[in-house]
Amino acid sequence: MDSELQNRLIDMVDKMPPFPKSVHRVIELTNDINCAPKDLVQVIEHDPVITMKLLKLVNSAYYALSKSVSSVRHAVVYLGLNTVKNLALSIATVASLPRSSCAGFNINQFLLHSMTTASISQRLAKEYLGRTDATDLFVAGLLHDFGKVVFVQFMPEEFSRALSMAREENINLHEAEIKIIGADHTEIGAMLAEKWQLPSDLVTCIQNHHSPNVSDEVDDCVFAADQISKKLKFGFGGNPIIEVFPDHVVERFGMDLDALIESLGDMSSEVEKAESFILM
Amino acid sequence: MKIKFWGVRGSIPSPGQATVKYGGNTTCIEVRSDAGELIILDAGTGIFPLSQSLFSEFPLTAHVFNTHTHWDHIQGLPFFIPFFVPGNRVKIYGARDPISQKGISEILTAQLQYRFFPIREAELKAEIEYFSLMEGEKVTIGDAIITPVLMNHPVTNFGYRIDCNGKSVFFTGDHEPLRNIYTTDDAEDHAEYQEIMDQKNRSMMDVIGGVDVLIADTSYTPDEYMQKIGWGHGTFDTSIQMAKEAKAKQLYCTHHEPTRSDGALEAVFAEALSRNTSHTGDPEYFLAREGLEIEL
Repeated sequence: MDSELQNRLIDMVDKMPPFPKSVHRVIELTNDINCAPKDLVQVIEHDPVITMKLLKLVNSAYYALSKSVSSVRHAVVYLGLNTVKNLALSIATVASLPRSSCAGFNINQFLLHSMTTASISQRLAKEYLGRTDATDLFVAGLLHDFGKVVFVQFMPEEFSRALSMAREENINLHEAEIKIIGADHTEIGAMLAEKWQLPSDLVTCIQNHHSPNVSDEVDDCVFAADQISKKLKFGFGGNPIIEVFPDHVVERFGMDLDALIESLGDMSSEVEKAESFILM
Repeated sequence: MKIKFWGVRGSIPSPGQATVKYGGNTTCIEVRSDAGELIILDAGTGIFPLSQSLFSEFPLTAHVFNTHTHWDHIQGLPFFIPFFVPGNRVKIYGARDPISQKGISEILTAQLQYRFFPIREAELKAEIEYFSLMEGEKVTIGDAIITPVLMNHPVTNFGYRIDCNGKSVFFTGDHEPLRNIYTTDDAEDHAEYQEIMDQKNRSMMDVIGGVDVLIADTSYTPDEYMQKIGWGHGTFDTSIQMAKEAKAKQLYCTHHEPTRSDGALEAVFAEALSRNTSHTGDPEYFLAREGLEIEL
């Protein structure tokens, strides 16, 4: 990616608004002095743009916490609910993303894919890797495809062509993006996350979610969750290809994709929860 | 090290017959290092009487550490007399505000707008410097070392630990102990949030632990607190708990509720002590009082 494109994207993304329903909910909740903190946290946690911008703000060198803040809940514990509430409000009042801006891309289906990847990543880390606090995995899952939101917003025509190419030729969307745009969503997402000083695990996970690094549990969880979400058709992020688990991912969970889906059992609560956010 | 309370009231000054004993000025604590460095914790209205005690030291260097920028912690600052006398140096330290994205240097500019105060910032005669601190970033002032710790309040609030030749004091500023936003009905969320809270509490305790004197925001009784959850203040019981966990030698309860008379304050303090029976090795508990001096 050339540096001019990089700079242009960074400028544009700074002005990027969140999703319309979250904006509505954030404004509604922050206007209610008695709103339950967990309701507000839940709305922020489910919006990729608000989450990304919040983490960007709290991790910036300017604000300089001694510890890197890897999830919305960390931000609430470290900065306090009121600060997070006001940050969310300032992010939400920018405007909201247009509902439909790119042919072939359905925002609600994309959000459903991102949210289910988030909750499945979190479940994998807790149930298979013994993590108690896996909020960073939720964030990694939610933001793994952030680069696509950037394409939709700023290069809708080119991205639409990449979506068609992936569909017609039955190839990976990121390969089609390289052919048409010259950069793929992993690169764009990771570049922004790095520029914004987000936790390094998150940067590498966005970068590697189609080719998980050996020995990185965050990469592996998000990679596996992404395939599960696609295989079970929980929404759609534009990629028709379901990738096979490489050996180290099979080893990490002790099973392959189908066995892992079987082992996870009922996932309807994750899907219903995500849908309730999209439809609210 | 010497510590002197010049303001112990929370929220708004509360002068009058009912508060003569403990005092009505808002937060201001003077700390003197062994070598005599002047460190001032917060600039509530208590900083005005403090500044009147400083004339003999002019020209002086004062280090004002702001815990947070709510009114009751800054409202005395424009009346800090050393500002108006050439030769004095005032260094102001505090947190950045993530909402406005501004540093502590905004503090006086905001207060001294012409519409609200007759003297403009440019007209102050002292040399003023600002230092926006990062969490954990130690500041050395002569023989004293100050460490800021992020506490929990509706605006960014630093508690400050001051160490001087083996003696130490920690002031919370305004602080409400962390609360889990999930109930046990949401078992998984509750456990996860608890884990993050535990991490944060451990990192806070790493800095506060072992202090000689803990000065803590003790605004409410536990009953009052139930109506004021999320307002950012502690109770007698949470301060006692914090002092025990920190293994502090002495706890001074401060930020007294503005409507509480001297008699009522002593009564709720006595009740708190009877609820929290003292064991050998526990901290000693006191009410902070205007004019009270502690020597370490």
